[in-house]
Amino acid sequence: MLTINLAVNGQPVSGEVEARTLLVDFLREQLRLTGTHVGCDTSQCGACVVMIDGKSVKACTMLAAMADGAEVTTIEGLANGAELHPMQQAFMDHHGLQCGFCTPGMVMSGLDMVNRHGNDLDDATVRRELNGNICRCTGYQNIVKAIRTGAKAMEE
Amino acid sequence: MYEFSYHRPASVAEAAALITRAVDGKFVAGGQTLLPTMKHRLASPSDMIDLGGIAELEGIVVNGNIVTIGAMTAHADVAASTEVREAIPALAALAGNIGDPAVRNRGTLGGSIANNDPAADYPAAVIALGATVRTNQREIAGEDFFTGMFETALEEDELIVAVDFPRPEAAAYMKFENPASRYAIVGVFVARTAPGPRVAVTGATACAHRAHRLEEALQGACNAAALDDFRAPVERMNADIHASAEYRAHLVKVMAQRAVAACV
Repeated sequence: MLTINLAVNGQPVSGEVEARTLLVDFLREQLRLTGTHVGCDTSQCGACVVMIDGKSVKACTMLAAMADGAEVTTIEGLANGAELHPMQQAFMDHHGLQCGFCTPGMVMSGLDMVNRHGNDLDDATVRRELNGNICRCTGYQNIVKAIRTGAKAMEE
Repeated sequence: MYEFSYHRPASVAEAAALITRAVDGKFVAGGQTLLPTMKHRLASPSDMIDLGGIAELEGIVVNGNIVTIGAMTAHADVAASTEVREAIPALAALAGNIGDPAVRNRGTLGGSIANNDPAADYPAAVIALGATVRTNQREIAGEDFFTGMFETALEEDELIVAVDFPRPEAAAYMKFENPASRYAIVGVFVARTAPGPRVAVTGATACAHRAHRLEEALQGACNAAALDDFRAPVERMNADIHASAEYRAHLVKVMAQRAVAACV
Protein backbone atom coordinates (compact mmCIF):
# COMPACT_ATOMS: atom_id res chain seq x y z
CA MET A 1 0.00 0.00 0.00
CA LEU A 2 1.03 3.57 -0.67
CA THR A 3 0.31 6.59 1.49
CA ILE A 4 -0.85 9.65 -0.42
CA ASN A 5 -1.34 13.18 0.85
CA LEU A 6 -3.34 15.65 -1.15
CA ALA A 7 -5.83 18.47 -0.81
CA VAL A 8 -9.40 17.69 -1.82
CA ASN A 9 -11.78 20.63 -2.04
CA GLY A 10 -9.45 22.66 0.12
CA GLN A 11 -9.13 20.08 2.88
CA PRO A 12 -5.93 18.12 3.51
CA VAL A 13 -6.56 14.41 3.01
CA SER A 14 -4.36 11.37 3.36
CA GLY A 15 -5.14 7.83 2.38
CA GLU A 16 -3.76 4.35 1.88
CA VAL A 17 -4.11 3.13 -1.68
CA GLU A 18 -2.94 0.29 -3.85
CA ALA A 19 -0.66 1.37 -6.70
CA ARG A 20 -3.43 0.44 -9.14
CA THR A 21 -6.19 2.40 -7.39
CA LEU A 22 -7.69 4.90 -9.80
CA LEU A 23 -8.15 8.45 -8.57
CA VAL A 24 -11.90 8.23 -9.20
CA ASP A 25 -12.17 5.10 -7.03
CA PHE A 26 -10.21 6.77 -4.25
CA LEU A 27 -12.54 9.78 -4.36
CA ARG A 28 -15.72 7.74 -4.48
CA GLU A 29 -14.97 4.75 -2.30
CA GLN A 30 -12.55 6.06 0.30
CA LEU A 31 -13.57 9.69 0.56
CA ARG A 32 -17.23 8.92 -0.28
CA LEU A 33 -17.30 11.85 -2.68
CA THR A 34 -19.71 10.13 -5.03
CA GLY A 35 -20.54 13.20 -7.10
CA THR A 36 -17.70 12.29 -9.47
CA HIS A 37 -19.20 9.57 -11.66
CA VAL A 38 -17.83 6.64 -13.61
CA GLY A 39 -19.66 6.43 -16.90
CA CYS A 40 -17.45 4.52 -19.29
CA ASP A 41 -14.21 3.88 -17.38
CA THR A 42 -12.41 4.20 -20.74
CA SER A 43 -11.72 7.97 -20.77
CA GLN A 44 -14.41 8.66 -23.37
CA CYS A 45 -17.41 10.03 -21.49
CA GLY A 46 -16.10 12.71 -19.13
CA ALA A 47 -18.48 11.95 -16.21
CA CYS A 48 -15.39 11.64 -13.98
CA VAL A 49 -13.78 15.01 -14.79
CA VAL A 50 -12.22 16.72 -11.77
CA MET A 51 -9.76 19.58 -11.47
CA ILE A 52 -6.16 18.73 -10.60
CA ASP A 53 -4.14 21.84 -9.78
CA GLY A 54 -6.70 23.86 -11.72
CA LYS A 55 -6.81 21.69 -14.85
CA SER A 56 -9.52 19.29 -15.96
CA VAL A 57 -8.54 15.64 -15.82
CA LYS A 58 -10.42 12.38 -16.30
CA ALA A 59 -10.19 10.81 -12.86
CA CYS A 60 -10.72 7.32 -14.32
CA THR A 61 -7.48 7.69 -16.27
CA MET A 62 -5.18 8.76 -13.48
CA LEU A 63 -3.86 6.75 -10.57
CA ALA A 64 -4.60 8.00 -7.07
CA ALA A 65 -0.85 7.75 -6.47
CA MET A 66 -0.25 10.25 -9.28
CA ALA A 67 -2.34 12.81 -7.38
CA ASP A 68 -0.05 12.70 -4.36
CA GLY A 69 0.68 16.33 -3.43
CA ALA A 70 -1.95 17.72 -5.78
CA GLU A 71 -4.93 19.97 -5.19
CA VAL A 72 -8.09 18.24 -6.33
CA THR A 73 -11.45 19.91 -6.79
CA THR A 74 -14.53 17.78 -7.27
CA ILE A 75 -18.14 18.77 -7.91
CA GLU A 76 -18.68 18.72 -4.13
CA GLY A 77 -16.16 21.53 -3.73
CA LEU A 78 -18.02 24.11 -5.81
CA ALA A 79 -21.08 25.17 -3.82
CA ASN A 80 -20.77 27.61 -0.96
CA GLY A 81 -22.98 25.92 1.62
CA ALA A 82 -26.52 26.00 0.26
CA GLU A 83 -25.57 28.49 -2.41
CA LEU A 84 -24.78 26.79 -5.71
CA HIS A 85 -21.76 27.77 -7.77
CA PRO A 86 -22.87 29.99 -10.72
CA MET A 87 -22.07 27.17 -13.15
CA GLN A 88 -24.23 24.73 -11.16
CA GLN A 89 -27.00 27.31 -10.89
CA ALA A 90 -26.92 27.83 -14.66
CA PHE A 91 -27.38 24.09 -15.25
CA MET A 92 -30.40 24.21 -12.94
CA ASP A 93 -31.87 27.36 -14.51
CA HIS A 94 -31.48 26.08 -18.07
CA HIS A 95 -32.31 22.49 -17.27
CA GLY A 96 -28.96 21.44 -18.71
CA LEU A 97 -29.61 17.81 -17.90
CA GLN A 98 -32.12 15.02 -17.99
CA CYS A 99 -30.89 12.01 -16.05
CA GLY A 100 -28.04 14.05 -14.55
CA PHE A 101 -25.39 11.35 -14.71
CA CYS A 102 -23.03 13.33 -16.94
CA THR A 103 -23.70 16.65 -15.18
CA PRO A 104 -20.81 16.72 -12.68
CA GLY A 105 -18.33 16.25 -15.52
CA MET A 106 -20.12 18.81 -17.69
CA VAL A 107 -19.93 21.39 -14.89
CA MET A 108 -16.22 20.73 -14.28
CA SER A 109 -15.46 20.94 -18.00
CA GLY A 110 -17.43 24.18 -18.15
CA LEU A 111 -15.18 25.63 -15.45
CA ASP A 112 -12.12 24.50 -17.39
CA MET A 113 -13.45 26.35 -20.45
CA VAL A 114 -13.79 29.55 -18.43
CA ASN A 115 -10.22 29.15 -17.16
CA ARG A 116 -8.84 28.94 -20.67
CA HIS A 117 -11.25 30.96 -22.79
CA GLY A 118 -12.70 33.51 -20.39
CA ASN A 119 -16.30 34.35 -19.57
CA ASP A 120 -17.54 35.13 -23.07
CA LEU A 121 -17.99 31.74 -24.65
CA ASP A 122 -19.67 31.27 -28.02
CA ASP A 123 -21.61 28.19 -29.07
CA ALA A 124 -18.86 26.86 -31.33
CA THR A 125 -16.23 27.05 -28.58
CA VAL A 126 -18.45 25.30 -26.03
CA ARG A 127 -19.38 22.54 -28.47
CA ARG A 128 -15.78 21.97 -29.52
CA GLU A 129 -14.63 21.97 -25.89
CA LEU A 130 -17.27 19.38 -25.01
CA ASN A 131 -15.49 16.82 -27.22
CA GLY A 132 -14.66 14.75 -24.18
CA ASN A 133 -18.02 14.91 -22.39
CA ILE A 134 -20.84 12.70 -23.55
CA CYS A 135 -24.51 13.17 -22.67
CA ARG A 136 -26.86 10.46 -23.90
CA CYS A 137 -30.10 12.25 -23.00
CA THR A 138 -30.21 15.85 -23.98
CA GLY A 139 -28.78 16.61 -27.40
CA TYR A 140 -26.60 19.23 -25.68
CA GLN A 141 -28.71 22.32 -26.47
CA ASN A 142 -29.38 23.22 -22.85
CA ILE A 143 -25.93 22.14 -21.72
CA VAL A 144 -24.37 24.62 -24.13
CA LYS A 145 -26.79 27.30 -22.97
CA ALA A 146 -26.03 26.52 -19.31
CA ILE A 147 -22.26 26.68 -19.77
CA ARG A 148 -22.46 29.98 -21.63
CA THR A 149 -24.70 31.48 -18.97
CA GLY A 150 -22.67 30.04 -16.12
CA ALA A 151 -19.47 31.41 -17.60
CA LYS A 152 -21.02 34.85 -17.85
CA ALA A 153 -22.42 34.66 -14.32
CA MET A 154 -18.96 33.81 -12.95
CA GLU A 155 -17.77 37.22 -14.09
CA GLU A 156 -20.20 38.98 -11.78
CA MET B 1 -5.71 -3.84 -13.81
CA TYR B 2 -3.13 -6.27 -12.44
CA GLU B 3 -1.01 -5.24 -9.49
CA PHE B 4 2.30 -3.45 -9.99
CA SER B 5 4.81 -1.43 -8.00
CA TYR B 6 4.63 2.32 -8.41
CA HIS B 7 7.66 4.60 -8.45
CA ARG B 8 7.90 8.34 -8.81
CA PRO B 9 11.53 9.31 -9.42
CA ALA B 10 12.65 12.95 -9.22
CA SER B 11 15.37 12.77 -11.89
CA VAL B 12 16.12 11.12 -15.23
CA ALA B 13 19.07 9.28 -13.65
CA GLU B 14 16.83 7.84 -10.94
CA ALA B 15 14.22 6.80 -13.50
CA ALA B 16 16.87 5.03 -15.58
CA ALA B 17 18.15 3.18 -12.51
CA LEU B 18 14.61 2.08 -11.60
CA ILE B 19 13.83 0.65 -15.04
CA THR B 20 17.08 -1.32 -15.06
CA ARG B 21 16.20 -2.94 -11.74
CA ALA B 22 12.59 -3.76 -12.68
CA VAL B 23 11.62 -7.21 -14.01
CA ASP B 24 9.22 -5.75 -16.57
CA GLY B 25 9.20 -2.03 -15.96
CA LYS B 26 7.34 0.58 -17.92
CA PHE B 27 7.72 4.34 -17.96
CA VAL B 28 4.42 6.20 -17.70
CA ALA B 29 4.11 9.78 -18.89
CA GLY B 30 0.53 11.10 -18.87
CA GLY B 31 -0.90 7.58 -18.86
CA GLN B 32 -3.71 8.43 -21.29
CA THR B 33 -2.96 5.32 -23.36
CA LEU B 34 -1.07 3.12 -20.92
CA LEU B 35 -3.71 3.17 -18.17
CA PRO B 36 -6.60 2.19 -20.50
CA THR B 37 -4.34 -0.53 -21.96
CA MET B 38 -3.64 -1.86 -18.46
CA LYS B 39 -7.35 -1.79 -17.59
CA HIS B 40 -7.90 -4.05 -20.59
CA ARG B 41 -5.06 -6.22 -19.29
CA LEU B 42 -3.27 -5.78 -22.59
CA ALA B 43 -0.28 -4.53 -20.59
CA SER B 44 0.74 -5.68 -17.13
CA PRO B 45 4.10 -4.20 -16.15
CA SER B 46 5.70 -5.32 -12.88
CA ASP B 47 6.76 -1.75 -12.17
CA MET B 48 5.35 1.55 -13.26
CA ILE B 49 7.84 4.38 -13.26
CA ASP B 50 5.93 7.66 -13.27
CA LEU B 51 7.85 10.45 -14.98
CA GLY B 52 5.43 13.10 -13.65
CA GLY B 53 7.78 14.19 -10.89
CA ILE B 54 10.78 14.98 -13.09
CA ALA B 55 10.88 18.75 -13.62
CA GLU B 56 13.76 18.60 -16.13
CA LEU B 57 11.51 16.78 -18.64
CA GLU B 58 9.00 19.58 -18.87
CA GLY B 59 8.97 22.89 -20.69
CA ILE B 60 9.39 24.68 -23.99
CA VAL B 61 12.52 26.57 -25.03
CA VAL B 62 13.17 28.39 -28.31
CA ASN B 63 16.82 28.76 -29.26
CA GLY B 64 17.36 30.40 -32.64
CA ASN B 65 15.51 28.23 -35.14
CA ILE B 66 15.04 25.26 -32.83
CA VAL B 67 11.96 24.75 -30.67
CA THR B 68 12.77 22.28 -27.89
CA ILE B 69 9.83 20.65 -26.17
CA GLY B 70 10.40 18.55 -23.07
CA ALA B 71 9.08 15.01 -23.26
CA MET B 72 6.66 15.52 -20.35
CA THR B 73 5.12 18.70 -21.76
CA ALA B 74 1.34 18.25 -21.99
CA HIS B 75 -0.49 18.68 -25.29
CA ALA B 76 -2.48 21.56 -23.77
CA ASP B 77 0.74 23.40 -22.90
CA VAL B 78 2.13 23.00 -26.42
CA ALA B 79 -1.19 24.18 -27.88
CA ALA B 80 -1.24 27.26 -25.63
CA SER B 81 2.46 28.13 -25.89
CA THR B 82 3.02 31.56 -27.44
CA GLU B 83 6.53 30.45 -28.47
CA VAL B 84 5.26 27.40 -30.37
CA ARG B 85 2.34 29.31 -31.87
CA GLU B 86 4.75 31.90 -33.17
CA ALA B 87 7.50 29.55 -34.42
CA ILE B 88 5.54 26.52 -35.66
CA PRO B 89 1.80 27.29 -35.53
CA ALA B 90 0.96 23.99 -37.23
CA LEU B 91 2.54 22.12 -34.30
CA ALA B 92 0.53 24.09 -31.73
CA ALA B 93 -2.63 23.44 -33.74
CA LEU B 94 -1.87 19.73 -33.97
CA ALA B 95 -1.38 19.51 -30.18
CA GLY B 96 -4.63 21.40 -29.60
CA ASN B 97 -6.56 18.86 -31.61
CA ILE B 98 -5.44 15.64 -29.94
CA GLY B 99 -8.16 13.79 -28.04
CA ASP B 100 -10.21 16.14 -25.85
CA PRO B 101 -9.37 18.95 -23.38
CA ALA B 102 -8.99 16.71 -20.32
CA VAL B 103 -6.83 14.24 -22.23
CA ARG B 104 -4.69 17.11 -23.50
CA ASN B 105 -4.07 18.22 -19.92
CA ARG B 106 -2.45 14.86 -19.11
CA GLY B 107 -1.17 13.45 -22.41
CA THR B 108 2.41 14.33 -23.33
CA LEU B 109 4.63 14.63 -26.39
CA GLY B 110 7.06 11.98 -25.12
CA GLY B 111 4.28 9.57 -24.24
CA SER B 112 2.68 9.94 -27.65
CA ILE B 113 5.80 9.28 -29.69
CA ALA B 114 7.10 6.51 -27.42
CA ASN B 115 3.77 4.71 -27.79
CA ASN B 116 3.75 5.24 -31.59
CA ASP B 117 0.11 4.47 -32.16
CA PRO B 118 -0.38 4.06 -35.92
CA ALA B 119 -3.01 6.83 -35.83
CA ALA B 120 -1.25 9.26 -33.48
CA ASP B 121 -0.75 12.87 -34.60
CA TYR B 122 2.65 13.85 -33.16
CA PRO B 123 4.71 11.27 -35.12
CA ALA B 124 3.72 12.97 -38.38
CA ALA B 125 5.05 16.31 -37.09
CA VAL B 126 8.28 14.78 -35.77
CA ILE B 127 9.01 13.22 -39.18
CA ALA B 128 7.87 16.03 -41.47
CA LEU B 129 9.59 18.78 -39.50
CA GLY B 130 12.83 16.79 -39.41
CA ALA B 131 12.87 16.85 -35.62
CA THR B 132 15.49 15.19 -33.45
CA VAL B 133 14.45 12.98 -30.55
CA ARG B 134 16.85 13.38 -27.63
CA THR B 135 17.01 10.53 -25.13
CA ASN B 136 19.03 9.97 -21.99
CA GLN B 137 21.50 8.03 -24.17
CA ARG B 138 21.66 9.60 -27.65
CA GLU B 139 19.97 11.61 -30.38
CA ILE B 140 17.71 9.92 -32.92
CA ALA B 141 16.55 11.51 -36.18
CA GLY B 142 12.75 11.76 -36.18
CA GLU B 143 12.63 9.87 -39.45
CA ASP B 144 14.44 6.86 -37.94
CA PHE B 145 12.52 6.89 -34.67
CA PHE B 146 9.26 5.20 -35.71
CA THR B 147 10.03 1.64 -36.77
CA GLY B 148 6.68 -0.18 -36.83
CA MET B 149 3.23 -0.44 -35.29
CA PHE B 150 3.72 0.59 -31.62
CA GLU B 151 7.47 0.12 -32.15
CA THR B 152 10.24 2.69 -31.97
CA ALA B 153 14.03 2.86 -32.05
CA LEU B 154 14.05 3.22 -28.24
CA GLU B 155 15.89 0.57 -26.22
CA GLU B 156 13.99 -1.01 -23.31
CA ASP B 157 15.65 1.22 -20.73
CA GLU B 158 15.88 4.36 -22.86
CA LEU B 159 13.98 7.50 -21.98
CA ILE B 160 12.98 10.43 -24.20
CA VAL B 161 14.16 13.70 -22.69
CA ALA B 162 13.04 16.24 -25.32
CA VAL B 163 12.36 16.75 -29.00
CA ASP B 164 14.07 19.47 -31.05
CA PHE B 165 11.85 20.85 -33.81
CA PRO B 166 13.55 23.03 -36.45
CA ARG B 167 11.38 25.96 -37.49
CA PRO B 168 10.11 25.43 -41.06
CA GLU B 169 9.34 28.17 -43.59
CA ALA B 170 5.71 27.10 -43.30
CA ALA B 171 3.84 23.98 -42.21
CA ALA B 172 0.33 22.58 -42.00
CA TYR B 173 -1.28 19.44 -40.64
CA MET B 174 -4.61 18.12 -41.84
CA LYS B 175 -6.33 15.10 -40.39
CA PHE B 176 -9.50 13.28 -41.16
CA GLU B 177 -10.38 12.32 -37.64
CA ASN B 178 -12.37 9.53 -36.13
CA PRO B 179 -15.27 11.49 -34.60
CA ALA B 180 -15.28 9.36 -31.44
CA SER B 181 -11.60 9.04 -30.59
CA ARG B 182 -10.24 12.06 -32.51
CA TYR B 183 -7.41 9.83 -33.69
CA ALA B 184 -6.38 10.37 -37.30
CA ILE B 185 -7.99 8.00 -39.77
CA VAL B 186 -5.46 9.67 -42.03
CA GLY B 187 -3.33 12.70 -41.19
CA VAL B 188 -0.80 14.47 -43.42
CA PHE B 189 1.83 16.92 -42.20
CA VAL B 190 3.51 19.12 -44.80
CA ALA B 191 6.51 21.34 -44.04
CA ARG B 192 8.17 23.75 -46.45
CA THR B 193 11.89 23.81 -45.69
CA ALA B 194 14.89 25.33 -47.46
CA PRO B 195 15.94 22.04 -49.14
CA GLY B 196 12.34 21.38 -50.28
CA PRO B 197 8.96 20.16 -49.06
CA ARG B 198 8.84 17.40 -46.43
CA VAL B 199 5.71 15.30 -46.00
CA ALA B 200 4.70 12.68 -43.41
CA VAL B 201 1.57 10.56 -43.29
CA THR B 202 -0.02 9.03 -40.19
CA GLY B 203 -3.02 6.74 -39.72
CA ALA B 204 -2.69 5.23 -43.16
CA THR B 205 -0.13 2.47 -42.64
CA ALA B 206 1.54 0.50 -39.82
CA CYS B 207 2.99 3.71 -38.44
CA ALA B 208 3.70 7.28 -39.44
CA HIS B 209 6.25 7.52 -42.24
CA ARG B 210 7.92 10.02 -44.50
CA ALA B 211 6.07 10.20 -47.81
CA HIS B 212 8.84 10.43 -50.40
CA ARG B 213 6.50 10.07 -53.38
CA LEU B 214 4.37 12.99 -52.21
CA GLU B 215 7.51 15.05 -51.72
CA GLU B 216 8.69 14.23 -55.26
CA ALA B 217 5.32 15.23 -56.67
CA LEU B 218 5.66 18.58 -54.88
CA GLN B 219 9.25 19.26 -55.98
CA GLY B 220 8.25 21.33 -59.01
CA ALA B 221 5.34 23.36 -57.76
CA CYS B 222 4.36 23.02 -54.11
CA ASN B 223 0.62 23.38 -54.59
CA ALA B 224 -2.46 21.18 -54.32
CA ALA B 225 -2.85 20.81 -58.09
CA ALA B 226 0.56 19.12 -58.24
CA LEU B 227 -1.04 16.15 -56.46
CA ASP B 228 -4.05 15.80 -58.79
CA ASP B 229 -2.64 12.62 -60.32
CA PHE B 230 -1.23 11.22 -57.09
CA ARG B 231 -2.34 7.71 -56.09
CA ALA B 232 -1.40 6.26 -52.70
CA PRO B 233 -0.63 2.51 -52.79
CA VAL B 234 -3.82 0.74 -51.62
CA GLU B 235 -1.99 -2.49 -50.77
CA ARG B 236 0.01 -0.75 -48.01
CA MET B 237 -2.98 0.93 -46.34
CA ASN B 238 -4.56 -0.09 -43.04
CA ALA B 239 -8.12 -1.36 -43.18
CA ASP B 240 -10.45 -1.59 -40.17
CA ILE B 241 -14.05 -0.90 -39.16
CA HIS B 242 -13.45 2.84 -39.51
CA ALA B 243 -12.12 2.93 -43.08
CA SER B 244 -11.18 0.54 -45.89
CA ALA B 245 -7.75 0.54 -47.53
CA GLU B 246 -9.21 2.16 -50.65
CA TYR B 247 -10.79 4.93 -48.58
CA ARG B 248 -7.57 5.58 -46.68
CA ALA B 249 -5.61 5.75 -49.94
CA HIS B 250 -8.07 8.35 -51.17
CA LEU B 251 -7.80 10.29 -47.89
CA VAL B 252 -3.99 10.42 -48.15
CA LYS B 253 -4.32 12.40 -51.37
CA VAL B 254 -7.12 14.64 -50.12
CA MET B 255 -5.46 15.42 -46.77
CA ALA B 256 -2.14 16.04 -48.54
CA GLN B 257 -3.79 18.47 -50.92
CA ARG B 258 -5.52 20.29 -48.07
CA ALA B 259 -2.28 20.46 -46.08
CA VAL B 260 -0.32 21.78 -49.06
CA ALA B 261 -3.00 24.39 -49.70
CA ALA B 262 -2.88 25.48 -46.04
CA CYS B 263 0.92 25.49 -45.97
CA VAL B 264 1.54 29.14 -46.78
